[in-house]
Amino acid sequence: MTDSERPSDHPKKGLTDVRLEGGIYPPDAQPRTDPGVPTEFVTGMPASELVYESGLDLKARSQWAYARRRFLRHRLAMGSVFGLILILLAGVLANRLTSYGPAEIDFNNILQKPTTKGHHYFGADFLGRDYLTRVLFAIRTSAKVAFLVAFLSTALGTAVGALAGYFGGWIDNLLMRFTDLVLTLPAIAVLLVASARFGNGNQYRVAVIISLLLWTGIARVVRGVFLSLREKEYVEAAKAAGAGDMRIIFRHILPNSLGPIIVNMTLTTAGAILIEAALSFLGFGIKPPTPALGQLIQDGATELQTAWWLVVFPGIVIMAIVLCINFIGDGLRDALDPTQRVRA
Amino acid sequence: MAEPVLAIRDLVVEFHTDDGVVQAVDGVSYDVYPGETLGIVGESGSGKSVSTMSILGLIPQPPGRIRSGTAVFQGQDLLKLKKKELRKVRGNKMAIVFQDPMTSLNPVLKIGFQLKETLKAHNPDMKDSDAEKRGINLLQVVGIPQPDRRFQQYPHEFSGGMRQRAMIAIAIANNPALLIADEPTTALDVTIQAQILEVLKKAQDETNAATILITHDLGLIAEMANRVVVMYAGKVVELADVHTIFEAPRHPYTIGLMESLPRLTADEDFLTPIPGQPPSLINRPPGCPFHPRCFLSQGRARCREEEPPLRPIQGTAHLSACHFAEELEGAKSKLVDEPKAEEVRSS
Repeated sequence: MTDSERPSDHPKKGLTDVRLEGGIYPPDAQPRTDPGVPTEFVTGMPASELVYESGLDLKARSQWAYARRRFLRHRLAMGSVFGLILILLAGVLANRLTSYGPAEIDFNNILQKPTTKGHHYFGADFLGRDYLTRVLFAIRTSAKVAFLVAFLSTALGTAVGALAGYFGGWIDNLLMRFTDLVLTLPAIAVLLVASARFGNGNQYRVAVIISLLLWTGIARVVRGVFLSLREKEYVEAAKAAGAGDMRIIFRHILPNSLGPIIVNMTLTTAGAILIEAALSFLGFGIKPPTPALGQLIQDGATELQTAWWLVVFPGIVIMAIVLCINFIGDGLRDALDPTQRVRA
Repeated sequence: MAEPVLAIRDLVVEFHTDDGVVQAVDGVSYDVYPGETLGIVGESGSGKSVSTMSILGLIPQPPGRIRSGTAVFQGQDLLKLKKKELRKVRGNKMAIVFQDPMTSLNPVLKIGFQLKETLKAHNPDMKDSDAEKRGINLLQVVGIPQPDRRFQQYPHEFSGGMRQRAMIAIAIANNPALLIADEPTTALDVTIQAQILEVLKKAQDETNAATILITHDLGLIAEMANRVVVMYAGKVVELADVHTIFEAPRHPYTIGLMESLPRLTADEDFLTPIPGQPPSLINRPPGCPFHPRCFLSQGRARCREEEPPLRPIQGTAHLSACHFAEELEGAKSKLVDEPKAEEVRSS
């Protein structure tokens, strides 16, 4: 091998043809196909990159797009989404689905068994009110409360966790000790007292009260995620680029922690439905005449010996909703886990 | 000589740990002049990164603390700036290329977004369309093919070399006066390293920025740097232009560094390391920090007792912190007189 053949002796061309604010490499530049002449010397681009770029139509696909694909292929989760939508739609369209009002008393039908006669598919209660109608309207109330709780507690928990995790030090200490304090409260007792004192049986007030107790789990999760993400190089790079604290928290770290936040939010929704049902069952939640699922069960409990349907139907609906939400949560967790590439 | 872009004087940075105070940077001074590349070499923990990161406020405080010193950049002392004022300097007139491009880009944000963000952070009035145009142009400059499409992609769709190119594009987005490259090629394989170096050179040509190249790779220094700062145990031990460093090193540590490199051309079974370990920065040895490992010291009392100042060698711009630097007269890096490949093969 002579000196001139050594690769290192080739004239360096590389990138020099592209200038800032100037012409790009010629628009008609094509990868040369004749062997022996590296494309680099024709266009200033390494041959491998050009071939790669010209052969494939690359589409920008975010992590979210991958997550969506994985979720759409998760059968159980997709089935649950379908089921949940069905139940929620039934709640939303309650006044169109039945011809009865939720508080329409009919003494001819007191404790009517489930029957197709008069379309009392779920029977009627001790005041002769159509039970299907009451259950549908109860779904409406319970879902409203559940989503409100999920939204409020996620927002609060994320804010607390993000600030604590990002800033650390005394801010972290203060916020987390407060979180611990809330966690030590005996939840049911506090809920009962609080909703008796402040709830007034109003669904929105009850939702706020539940949220004020449920945010702690999310706060801890978010703090943990922020603690690890704030040490990432891209956060340091963002700092080096001149980004401020709030920008780093909301633009750089928060989108990276959305996975666990979303999963937790779903599970909180399920939890909220159960807590609301328990509260209403104990008579401290939503007060009649507004129907809520737990409250329907309470109404029915006294008649359990004679009228099983008063407990069974709202019970099944609660179970179905919570099960669906939990399956969706599982599906989301799998889909948002970037190491799960198998299904994508 | 022109005014320096950055003049660091007597910088002392310490970290407070449970075991005591670590003096990571101990009285470092150097200048960076416009258009030049200043290489900073030294082993891990010698303070080469901390000395630059601290002046930008990028070391965690606490435990870190800048105890004293000045860092005058374009007429203002960075160490006296408030947090908010310092933020205006970062990513604007002084930008950093980080070591690991795989983790230094935010995975959930498009490359274009991250470019635009840097542009708009320092030019709030910039229109989105202008930022996009400039961003795509920047991607072109660093040699990313199909920049308009790449602009819309996410980091995970880029290869390592591509990401480092994108990092450089982000760094030069606001035409910095000083570019700090902190081991820019360490995470890349050799062929990509060469490309990235070329991109760095080009970036420097385009913006006429001074560059600080932090590395432990002497080959990189020889290739890229105009002047070299050698750091050991938080101190500058030698400072000279690149030819002088390699042809006439005047500090035993620099010579030790060069001796420890493997040579392709010689038949070596063993490398020649510097004996011993770097000193604990909590409990510094008295005198010269290098004396326990130094081949020149040979137990001389002066090395143990008196800390050698950084002084000019024979009245030149070549600075060395060794009491006996003159004894190294005639020392030469073995890298310089490496035999030609043919000679080795024929022998």
